[in-house]
Amino acid sequence: MNELRDTADVGELIQFIVIRIGDEQYGIDIKDIDNIVRYQKVTKIPQLAHYLKGIINIRGVIVPVMSLRLKMGISEDEITDKSRIIILKGEGNELVGIIVDEVNQVLTIGSNNIEKMRRDDRAKRYDGSFISGVGHSEKGLVSILDLAAVENDSLDAE
Amino acid sequence: MDVSQYLGVFLDEAKEHIQTLNDSIMQLEEDPENEDCINEIFRAAHSMKGMAGTMGYKHMQELTHHMEDVFSDVRNGTIKINSSMIDTLFQCLDAVQGYVDNITETQDEGDEENANIVKALEDIRSGKAAAPAPAPAAAPAAEAAAAPAAAEPAGDGDGTKDWHFIQMDEDAKGNIEDLKEGGKKIYGVSVKIQESCILKAARAFLVFKGLEDVGEIAVSQPSSQDIEDEKFDFNFSLVVATEETADRVKEIVMNVSEIESCDIGEFDISQVKTAAEEPAPAPAAPAPAAAQAAPAASAPSTPAAKAQTAPEAAKEATGTTAAKKPAGKPVVSRTVRVDTEKLDVLMNLVSELIIAKNGLVSAANSAGIVSGQVNEQIEYLESVATNMHESVMKVRMVPLENTLQKFPRMIRDLNKTLGKKLELTMTGEETELDRTVVDEIGDPLMHLLRNSADHGIEEPAIRAERGKPEVGQIFLHAYQDGNSVVIEVGDDGNGIDARAVKERAIERGVVSREQAETMTEKECVELLFHPGFSTAKVVSEISGRGVGLDVVKSKVESLSGTVEVKTKLGEGSTWIIRLPLTLAIIQALMIVVGGDRYAIPLDNIQSIEDIAPGDIKFVENREVINLRGSVTPIIRLDEALETETSRKPGENMIVVIVKKGDLRAGLVIDDLDGQQEIVIKTLGKYINKCRLISGATILGDGSIALIIDTNTLV
Repeated sequence: MNELRDTADVGELIQFIVIRIGDEQYGIDIKDIDNIVRYQKVTKIPQLAHYLKGIINIRGVIVPVMSLRLKMGISEDEITDKSRIIILKGEGNELVGIIVDEVNQVLTIGSNNIEKMRRDDRAKRYDGSFISGVGHSEKGLVSILDLAAVENDSLDAE
Repeated sequence: MDVSQYLGVFLDEAKEHIQTLNDSIMQLEEDPENEDCINEIFRAAHSMKGMAGTMGYKHMQELTHHMEDVFSDVRNGTIKINSSMIDTLFQCLDAVQGYVDNITETQDEGDEENANIVKALEDIRSGKAAAPAPAPAAAPAAEAAAAPAAAEPAGDGDGTKDWHFIQMDEDAKGNIEDLKEGGKKIYGVSVKIQESCILKAARAFLVFKGLEDVGEIAVSQPSSQDIEDEKFDFNFSLVVATEETADRVKEIVMNVSEIESCDIGEFDISQVKTAAEEPAPAPAAPAPAAAQAAPAASAPSTPAAKAQTAPEAAKEATGTTAAKKPAGKPVVSRTVRVDTEKLDVLMNLVSELIIAKNGLVSAANSAGIVSGQVNEQIEYLESVATNMHESVMKVRMVPLENTLQKFPRMIRDLNKTLGKKLELTMTGEETELDRTVVDEIGDPLMHLLRNSADHGIEEPAIRAERGKPEVGQIFLHAYQDGNSVVIEVGDDGNGIDARAVKERAIERGVVSREQAETMTEKECVELLFHPGFSTAKVVSEISGRGVGLDVVKSKVESLSGTVEVKTKLGEGSTWIIRLPLTLAIIQALMIVVGGDRYAIPLDNIQSIEDIAPGDIKFVENREVINLRGSVTPIIRLDEALETETSRKPGENMIVVIVKKGDLRAGLVIDDLDGQQEIVIKTLGKYINKCRLISGATILGDGSIALIIDTNTLV
């Protein structure tokens, strides 16, 4: 990593938490994360979208929890010892939790080493992609999770 | 117009504006070109003028008006700020402060016109390089009131510091003469309390008490009432009649701690001038009046007339500084304006405390602690937490009055526009509700009142025909009923024609004809709450835009309330709004369904029944039970909650009977889990689709229980 920084202007350094969902690895900007907790019992609520699993209690605040697997159309979550709930700071600081299979590591990537995804149709609707860009680090490529897509519920209709 | 209820707000705002002005003028002195600052001053002066005008304080309005004028010119660039102008402005502010002080104490602004300041302000505008206005009497008067001690070197002497100058009226004098004839010795005593003393009123009280043990205190200066209210500096004088010697009296006084000095001497009654004889100080308030006279005499720039005629100075003194009123307690209760956000934070903390308390209870239970001491402490904690919650709640409570007071005027105006005779009776305006509720409930109530006026009360001719009094009665009754507040709005008018409503509903496609056939009268009336429903044949400007009752309903429901209507054709209708007293913490019944715990607000529950499966009947394919003669539909909560009951089909069922107005329904649950005080937490924007769940609460063990809004089920 140091070599990279020495040889080129990498821009502002951003730290990403790398998580695993199914076979994919995703990076989440650390500043969007409020907290990471072990998987805990989620209180079910009737009549919700299928990917919304319910609510949990984070330090006295009720936080909704969603299954990214179900939202992405992968199979139901398998809860293991490694399962975690990542509490994201959403719009207006409203918290929302996502279930991930594993939290792997922290990566630091310069902003110049992040390739933004082209999103011409962004204004119209989400195309089902949950990636806002791809970051290059010496440890390989990492997809950056598009939190706007995670929190957007326009996919609910499908 | 009676504006006294706005006095508190007026004073709070006036003080804020004066503060703003002070700061801004100070800033302006440093930086005369600062436009923001000039605008700020202009705005503040303008607001003060408006406020003073509304409240009927003419002098204050006049003064602020001139101030505003000056800044209007400064803004336009016709005049420039200079230092003498700043001086005048500060004098002006002091005068305004004087008015505000007067109003705080007596509700009256006083008679001081501050003509000299007004003139100075005018001079500024007309471009004269005006010298600062001659020291106005009001300013020194205010200073004098704040520190009467400053008047010490005044010619006549200060009665509070030296008993030789003590003032008294004829009664007191007569009294002293009587006591003297009775063989008592009369002493004058002057006491000085150490300036480091914090509880000077208490020290003075001890002095009084000590002396009263041995004799009688004929007169004191300041009055004992003022001393009790700490309205004195560190000195006071009194005349005591006693049989003890002067040394003994002195000893009694000096025995009280924190007394710096005590001067005592034989009191010669013949030396005392009563207030009537004394020309300068006013009788009611000799000390401050003397103080007033002193700076007046020593300030050469004071208009001669004021300094020369002492009685006038005295009169002015009574007018301007209220310390001179005998019972000069402020007429406005002391208040602190607090941002509601801060209260919300406090409320949240109290909620957390209650959750922690519940946690402690369940932890103690699960750990099997049976120690009496622990239980005692938990109970103590419980009572403290509950009291604290109530106190914070009370802080947030405001009377409905603020919202209701605009209605009489509205009904009066409607009298004219509708050509009907209407009379509004309101009771229970003092009923208190959470501030957010009070702010929100105004519109729905206004709508219901307009509805009553427009649709409810018949045309005068029809009223006469029906033998009703000419004047249509509209009423609004508010009262507290347990943990909720009920507001009834109604009239003695036409009532609601259920058949007309039904016809209309069919016409509008709200219900089908078949559906309508089976509907009860009550259900028909409920149709009024359906979105887009309006029965008025002509859309009037008062009501009947079709966005009426459904908005009322949804508004009330958003405040966790309910609304229902009682009506009798030809006799009138009553709308009953029921609102929870508090939005944050409620008593709830904890229940278990499908292994999960849920909470049902206690207010919604009528009873809990044990029902055998055989008692369930079917009416129109719905399960019902016969509950003491009334047919009550039952709802399987496990189905509604999309979970599975843990009970076997043949077992007896626990049924919670919930109510919504007159309606009842039975909820079949798996188990009861006791009653608990719960803190309502909102679910947030992601989970707002489920109407059945109104919120969630965190239980003592950290787990979550959903709160069931039974109103959506009934």
